[in-house]
Amino acid sequence: MSMRHPQLNQHGELQHLLSLEGLPKAHLLNILDTAERFFDEAGGIRKLPLLRGISVFNLFFENSTRTRTTFEIAAKRLSADVLNLNINASSQSKGESLLDTVANLSAMQADMFVVRHAASGAPTLIAKHLAPHQHVINAGDGRHAHPTQGLLDLFTIRRVKKTFHELTVAIVGDVLHSRVARSQIHGLTTLGVPELRVIAPKTLTPEGIERLGVKVYHDMREGLKNVDVVLMLRLQNERMQGALLPSSQEYYKQFGLTPDKLALAKANAIVLHPGPMNRGVEIDSAVADGGQSYILPQVTNGIAIRMAVMAILGGGKI
Amino acid sequence: MNATSTAPPSDLLPNAEQLYQTLLGQLKAGMTRHAHLVGIHSGGAWLAERLARDLAHQPQCGSVDVSFYRDDYKTAGLKNTRNKERSELPFAVEGAHIVLVDDVLNTGRSVRAAINELFDFGRPACIELAVLIDRGGRELPFAPNFCALDMMVQSDTALVLSRDTQGTFTLHTEVRPS
Repeated sequence: MSMRHPQLNQHGELQHLLSLEGLPKAHLLNILDTAERFFDEAGGIRKLPLLRGISVFNLFFENSTRTRTTFEIAAKRLSADVLNLNINASSQSKGESLLDTVANLSAMQADMFVVRHAASGAPTLIAKHLAPHQHVINAGDGRHAHPTQGLLDLFTIRRVKKTFHELTVAIVGDVLHSRVARSQIHGLTTLGVPELRVIAPKTLTPEGIERLGVKVYHDMREGLKNVDVVLMLRLQNERMQGALLPSSQEYYKQFGLTPDKLALAKANAIVLHPGPMNRGVEIDSAVADGGQSYILPQVTNGIAIRMAVMAILGGGKI
Repeated sequence: MNATSTAPPSDLLPNAEQLYQTLLGQLKAGMTRHAHLVGIHSGGAWLAERLARDLAHQPQCGSVDVSFYRDDYKTAGLKNTRNKERSELPFAVEGAHIVLVDDVLNTGRSVRAAINELFDFGRPACIELAVLIDRGGRELPFAPNFCALDMMVQSDTALVLSRDTQGTFTLHTEVRPS
């Protein structure tokens, strides 16, 4: 008997969302299907009474306006009470430990924590110290995982391409530092994508990533040939400071998604980006704003996905 | 779950097609001509869809998926729906006359959830209720305006409406998960 997955309770139901790694396919599909149900006929997102009386605490130890905002909108669309805590500016600077902070917030009747932290594993640590009725959603931890971003990418792909079984998907950029890439790889693999490529400079390719079942390319033109989906990653400016990359111009030349490079992919290929975009560094404006870009629908889809995760976690299991 | 109950056996259950004709007849006689039909997923939605075709004045037809409005969400969780049921109301609820359709009326909690949902879309002028079977056991003060059959069923037994590929309705029983 293997050890129980830390995200599932003893009945095999989702208790926390920490990572897409090891999350069974049925759970992934249930989240995607649930997200689909939040759209009304006009493509808008519904307001529902589901989480009335439930308190969602957005616990952001690291800044991210967009992710925090979409979680907040998602919780409010489900009628939850939302509290935004920017921990950088408060208790941590006074020396309070992570678990003491969480214990205090639990005493304030928090039901759900949305956690963003620079340290990999922080959401998992919090999850281990909560009562059975409380839940953690990982909103990005270190280089480890960003499961809701991975889910919204899966969701966006499925809404356009309908199925995963015939797709060739390329992940392009700073894979080494990217928690988004890890979540994408685990999710796409679980859902049966037959060919998954990683396109990155050698200095930004994690060693041994082939073991996850991906093909590695250092030549973007080679890697984009005949792909159905291009998942761009954000190039974090701070990477330019070190010795990992020569310059942003050089990076753009080799790994920036330009219309001529995109033309090597299939004619109906779609382009996704988790934002915020660095135009002229990893992506050309003509691509970002072009007909193959699903970057803005991704943002709306992110609300539906986060609602789905909260709705699944918030019900039952009392 | 999903095991067939021994009492009452499915072959002694009323004929769902005959019940449908009875309900259709009642609506032909009594349904306000400008009313819209709204079926509760899944059985009620099938019935409403077919009623909309069979009624001469061809009312507009919508459906509601009440799982986001159920009052047992906090204990039972969200129902896992792979069948992609969705609320679809292709008309303005505000000021509308609505006939809500369900297959089996029991506690009334689904009807409560459906009415709550409808009010999130607007303020209807009037809501009436049409059901195939009223099996009693009400926990909320609802009574159907149109009902093909009153029938007592043991509380541990669920009455389930099915629709085959030809669109034919049948009834069977299942043991209710306790």
